[in-house]
Amino acid sequence: MHPAYSVIFFTTASGAGYGLLCLIAGAILFDAVPRSTSFGLVVFALALGLVTAGLLSSTAHLGRPERAWRAFSQWRTSWLSREGVMAVITYVPAGLLALSWSFGGGGDSATALERVLAVLAILGSLVTLYCTGMIYASLKTIRHWHLGIVPINYIIFGVMTGAIAFLFLLNLFGVAGEGYVWVTSLLIAVGLVAKFLYWTKVDAAPPVSTAGNATGLGHLGKVRPFEAAHARRNFVMREMGYTVARKHVARLRNIVFLLAFGLPLLGVLLGLVGGTIAALFGSFFALVTAAVGIFVERWLFFAEAEHVVTTYYGAEAA
Amino acid sequence: MTSLPQTTEKKLGLVIDLDTCVGCQACVTSCKEWNTGGYSAPLSDQDPYGADPHGTWLNRVHAYEIGEGARSQAVHFPRSCLHCEEPDCVTVCPTGASYKRAEDGIVLVNPDTCIGCKLCSWACPYGAREYDYEVGVMRKCTLCVDRIYNENLPEEDRVPACVRACPTGARHFGDTGDPESDVSKLVAERGGYDLMPEMGYKPQNKYLPPRPRQNMKPAAPVEEAQRAPTTAGSALERLFSWADQQLSR
Amino acid sequence: MEPRIDRSPEVADEIKTTTCYMCACRCGIRVFLKDGQVRYIEGNRDHPVNKGVLCGKGSAGIMQHYAPSRLTAPLKRVGERGSGDYEEISWDEALALATDWLGTTRSKDPSRLAFFTGRDQSQSLTGWWASQFGTPNFAAHGGFCSVNMAAAGLYTFGGSFWEFGEPDWDRTEYFLLFGVAEDHASNPIKMGLGKLKERGVKVTAINPVRSGYGAIADEWVGIKPGTDGLFVAALIHELFEMRAIDLDYLVRYTNAPWLVIQSQGSADDGLFARDEEGNPLVHDTSTDALASGLLADVKPSLSGEFELADGRRAVPVFQLLAERFGSGAYAPDRVAAQTGLEADVIRRIARELAEAAFEKEVVLDIPWTDWAGRRHEKMIGRPVSMHAMRGISAHSNGFNTCRLIHLLQIILGSIDCPGGFRYKPPFPKAIPPHLKPAGKLGSVQPDTPLAGAPLGFVEGPEDLLVDEAGDPLRIDKAYSWDAPVAAHGLMHMVLNNAAKQDPYGLDVLFMYMANMSWNSSMNVQGVLDYLTAKDDNGDYKIPKIIYSDAYFSEMVPYADLILPDTTYLERWDCISLLDRPISEPDGPADSIRQPVVKPDRDVRPFQDVLIDLGGRLGLPGFTNEDGSAKYPGGYPDYIVNHERTPGVGPLAGWRGEDGSQYGKGAVNPDQLERYIENGCFNTHHLPDGQRFFKHANADYLEWAKSVGFIGSTEPIVFQLYSEPLQKFRLAAQGHGDIQPPDHHRRRIDMFFDPLPFWYAPFEGAMLEDGDYPLHAITQRPMHMYHSWGSQNAWLRQITAQNKLFMNREMAKELEIRDDDWVWIYSHIGRVKAQVALMEGVNSSTVWTWNAIGKRKGAWALDDDAPEATRGFLLNHLISELLPERDGGYRYSNSDPITGQAAWYDLRVRIEKADGDTADESLPRFEPLRRPNAPVTPDTLTFGSQFREGAQ
Repeated sequence: MHPAYSVIFFTTASGAGYGLLCLIAGAILFDAVPRSTSFGLVVFALALGLVTAGLLSSTAHLGRPERAWRAFSQWRTSWLSREGVMAVITYVPAGLLALSWSFGGGGDSATALERVLAVLAILGSLVTLYCTGMIYASLKTIRHWHLGIVPINYIIFGVMTGAIAFLFLLNLFGVAGEGYVWVTSLLIAVGLVAKFLYWTKVDAAPPVSTAGNATGLGHLGKVRPFEAAHARRNFVMREMGYTVARKHVARLRNIVFLLAFGLPLLGVLLGLVGGTIAALFGSFFALVTAAVGIFVERWLFFAEAEHVVTTYYGAEAA
Repeated sequence: MTSLPQTTEKKLGLVIDLDTCVGCQACVTSCKEWNTGGYSAPLSDQDPYGADPHGTWLNRVHAYEIGEGARSQAVHFPRSCLHCEEPDCVTVCPTGASYKRAEDGIVLVNPDTCIGCKLCSWACPYGAREYDYEVGVMRKCTLCVDRIYNENLPEEDRVPACVRACPTGARHFGDTGDPESDVSKLVAERGGYDLMPEMGYKPQNKYLPPRPRQNMKPAAPVEEAQRAPTTAGSALERLFSWADQQLSR
Repeated sequence: MEPRIDRSPEVADEIKTTTCYMCACRCGIRVFLKDGQVRYIEGNRDHPVNKGVLCGKGSAGIMQHYAPSRLTAPLKRVGERGSGDYEEISWDEALALATDWLGTTRSKDPSRLAFFTGRDQSQSLTGWWASQFGTPNFAAHGGFCSVNMAAAGLYTFGGSFWEFGEPDWDRTEYFLLFGVAEDHASNPIKMGLGKLKERGVKVTAINPVRSGYGAIADEWVGIKPGTDGLFVAALIHELFEMRAIDLDYLVRYTNAPWLVIQSQGSADDGLFARDEEGNPLVHDTSTDALASGLLADVKPSLSGEFELADGRRAVPVFQLLAERFGSGAYAPDRVAAQTGLEADVIRRIARELAEAAFEKEVVLDIPWTDWAGRRHEKMIGRPVSMHAMRGISAHSNGFNTCRLIHLLQIILGSIDCPGGFRYKPPFPKAIPPHLKPAGKLGSVQPDTPLAGAPLGFVEGPEDLLVDEAGDPLRIDKAYSWDAPVAAHGLMHMVLNNAAKQDPYGLDVLFMYMANMSWNSSMNVQGVLDYLTAKDDNGDYKIPKIIYSDAYFSEMVPYADLILPDTTYLERWDCISLLDRPISEPDGPADSIRQPVVKPDRDVRPFQDVLIDLGGRLGLPGFTNEDGSAKYPGGYPDYIVNHERTPGVGPLAGWRGEDGSQYGKGAVNPDQLERYIENGCFNTHHLPDGQRFFKHANADYLEWAKSVGFIGSTEPIVFQLYSEPLQKFRLAAQGHGDIQPPDHHRRRIDMFFDPLPFWYAPFEGAMLEDGDYPLHAITQRPMHMYHSWGSQNAWLRQITAQNKLFMNREMAKELEIRDDDWVWIYSHIGRVKAQVALMEGVNSSTVWTWNAIGKRKGAWALDDDAPEATRGFLLNHLISELLPERDGGYRYSNSDPITGQAAWYDLRVRIEKADGDTADESLPRFEPLRRPNAPVTPDTLTFGSQFREGAQ
């Protein structure tokens, strides 16, 4: 599948945004962070900013962005529509929580309303992330995506990158505790395992279809293209026929392991061994590498995905 | 409108005969020609006179070779929307621009509400949907919905443009859901099949497979019985004695 | 809620009928017009050619019509040839210039004008114009297309394939398809194949390449190029072996029983023994005496040696035939290796033919009367049919190969019978048609029309156009000893001969619709040199070139004066029975084009211009006695009012003042109106009793004579043995007044065999086998035609680059993989091309799509168009002359009988282009420049205007 940068940026940024939202909401829910207007503003602004930037970026992928509002209508069947609806809904508890927690005054302990809003914001974020994942996982045409683990991974990577961002902000404001380091490290480890599992599954998954099946002529022998239907690549080829060489895949997977998980873990763990400056830089380093790493992961998620339609265009199987 | 209708009154579709298609592209260009000025107008073309000419088409014909060496065979393979009974391309659409008509089962994209998110093209295993790079919406076969009921056309012309043009008669149009229809009978008689049934989309279009090739049995030598009555003399003399019967002009 | 959609939009303000011109098929079309623009083009259901269907080209006509490559105004060259330096001039200036050049030439020596038209569909006008001008130097593109096909048929059975006849698709039980056929007679064959498929009739394709029609054939016979004749001869051998020969048919309809004089060394050796009236003789077994072979009540012998009145011996044609094909020379085992086929396959196909012909007899309950007045209650047919075109034709043995195919059809008794191969009226014609080429020595005079038509059919050396020394009188050497039966001329040799001034130089070369500087020529670089060659004074050796075309082709920049033509939707035309007809077996048909839209450029239909020039030049056929123009209304005026012979004009329908007459009749001023009312065509339906056996059907012959198709009601007797060919051979052997110059004798003697035979194509035979081991051939994709397709924004999206197709196994030996770049070497040069591997190609053959490769700058394509950067032509490798040998006379690379260009004889060698890694084809030529070139759009949204209009 053609990796569209607007979509990659969207899922990476809004994933981190929703993750961050989950973390701050969770921290509020469990009174694990001291109430602070400035911290609140910064965290919520970053979270909602990432979400919003991602959503806006996704409209760049549209042929007719001025009609994007129509996408909220088909939530009964369409995961894309559901994602849009959930994204909008999630703004409500998230926004109210942001306002209440940042400006509502009161003690460190969250109010009952804030707790309710926090739960709703977490649920909204997780469901939105799930919807995003399901956009891909619902496609029977792409075996790399049509897996139960895909939406889980979207959630895990969102929360993981959000957690790293949260840790960085905590460090920035000097309010990070060792617990956060452990939680973040745990999330990174979970992410690593999740990605490893994903690739294991993908590599083991049999092709959905073959050229023989696609044409229904496989019983007559091996089906090979003789003359293409058109001289140059058409939309279907450009969109669905993107391929990346196997050796590049292996290298890129290693890069993902390193950038998205390995280095961030090191950066985060620096908070345990070094001082506050080290922790700050470590978490910043973790954030940057994870962002790049997840961006590559998302690129590879597209680039590796084989669409069955390619079997009409010379792929033996997909 | 991306919820699929429970049932459709008809299941209109094409039945494409791979045994007869010579790959002449008549269906391809007649489709382009009709539809670039019809319901889906326009079907834009990019770099039409340049290095990378490509555009939006609703029907394409591939050519394949199957098998190896002397036993191989060639097949021309037209490919367009199959108007599936349970198409994910419709249900994934976030706007309702994609829908399946309850009346006849035709899958359409409303060009006025499509946002061009391309998700439907991802959901389609058959490559039937093509994005119009100029207009920013998705295009697909309409089964010439603006022809098949068009009262401004003579009744015999109320068929899709591709069917109307096809010189070999390799394309048939009708209700594949009605077992009594001509196309259904053809499908039954010729062993018509669905593309990628494992997808579970239940196409309304059907394909008729190449017929088994005739007379590929190995040659036998000329039987003596077929030769002239044996008379003496050389082969030519025997030929002449056979030839010189009493023949009149 | 589903959106409401308009299910009955208005599709057109108006629908006009006319005739397609996207190829030579000439289908009837209905053009939908909306807001003054072309909205849609569909096939006309009533039309005899396509009966409603329309091919991939026809359905892309809109893009041809609106192509930016269209020329927009007359142009005069101001720079060097090829430079693209032109100025736009007015039509007045252009016509005055042309009149000046042509008039001067005509007053000096009309033969110094060569007028050659390429994809011309108005040859009855253009040929007539040439003869009125007085030049013998006229032809269209048949010489490099399919003259072998046409000539072999017309010299054998008075018909041929395609326009001359077609299989009885509804009844045939076996169909044999030779060579590439996909790009011509496009829709009728496709419709026919569809019918055969529906009935489950076996289709066998004999073709080195399996594509298109071959793909749906039941059997693909991947023969070596140029050996089809050998294969057919082996089939004939097998049919002789099986006695699967329709002797009754041979005796009734052919010259099989005619006696051939056996008198070696005599001037009439090998000619037919004739009685005093000139009737050919047969031996009548019922009287054991010689009798006229034209009598109805003889019972002729098919074998034996008989004494003539003068004591000499004669044998029936059948005996000679049997000796040639009944002996082992053409036995399947003997030909297997050369054809690349298994002997068993040949034997099986022969059996299948015999089975279909003799065991699946078709009987129609239609009474008819034969030429002798005998009534038959039924029409009985042998349902075997065949088709062949350029794959057979474009070889140097094509004439004979095609004769062999016709022989095969005839011995099976399958010509014009139910289920067989059927003539399309006005065919059959006399064998050969009684029309001899004009322009004999001394007959070409200044300011004088030619005594007849420039093209015709020679019946012996006396009909040749040669001077006393035996040298050619025509610029293309047609009807000379180089190519005596050159019924369509040799357009492919005109530029070569004119630049070399061999046999003489020209003053003006006038061409129409022929891309001679590119894909319509052999040896492109050579042709470019000829076009630009200068003499010692610095003048062009071809002094003036006038060219008419609708599009900016590769040829345009090499002309001195360009007369821009219209597109096919902007013009009148006439598809005449005097030209290449569009008839059906059940009756003759002709048609017109009418303008359906007005030109938006300063262009004029070429035929209007030609008629205008005829008037300006004062050509007799184009001026009244007072010197005024005879057809001031241009082509439509001519179509209606011209009479070739009294009562016979370009159109056969609705003649007579009230339109009630067919074929012959007075001029009808409303004729075009009547055609338009009828969908722009006319068909005449033959009564049932005239539909078959037309060559010997009294009622048909009577009728055909009455409408002027044939000159007499005599039956048309198939010439298995061709006496005209023997006459040429006798001349070569030293007999008669007109003999070939010595250097021609051996060749004429060898190839003018009165019975068909097979010989190896020349180029391969003259080259060392090991140097050029592979055959290289081309075909056009079905959706494109000649070079026209590439300017079409839709069609070029389907094919914009051609690759060299190779057999996968063969490529493995050469270590060549898909998409590798290779050098293709022939004996005159090399071309770099990209490879595509396939299964369905003969293992000693490579091939490619023809005319996809384009010169940069032509056809309004960008310089980086794949056609120019990755496409290629095999034309660069095809020599217009045979390989040099011992300094002897170099013949053109043509069939020795007809002069047909033998571009399928090409032999090549393939080498990997390892050193040259650039992804581009070679050779490359300087980009062409076009004055006032239009800015081509980056995006096309054709059709959006109709949607907006609808809302």
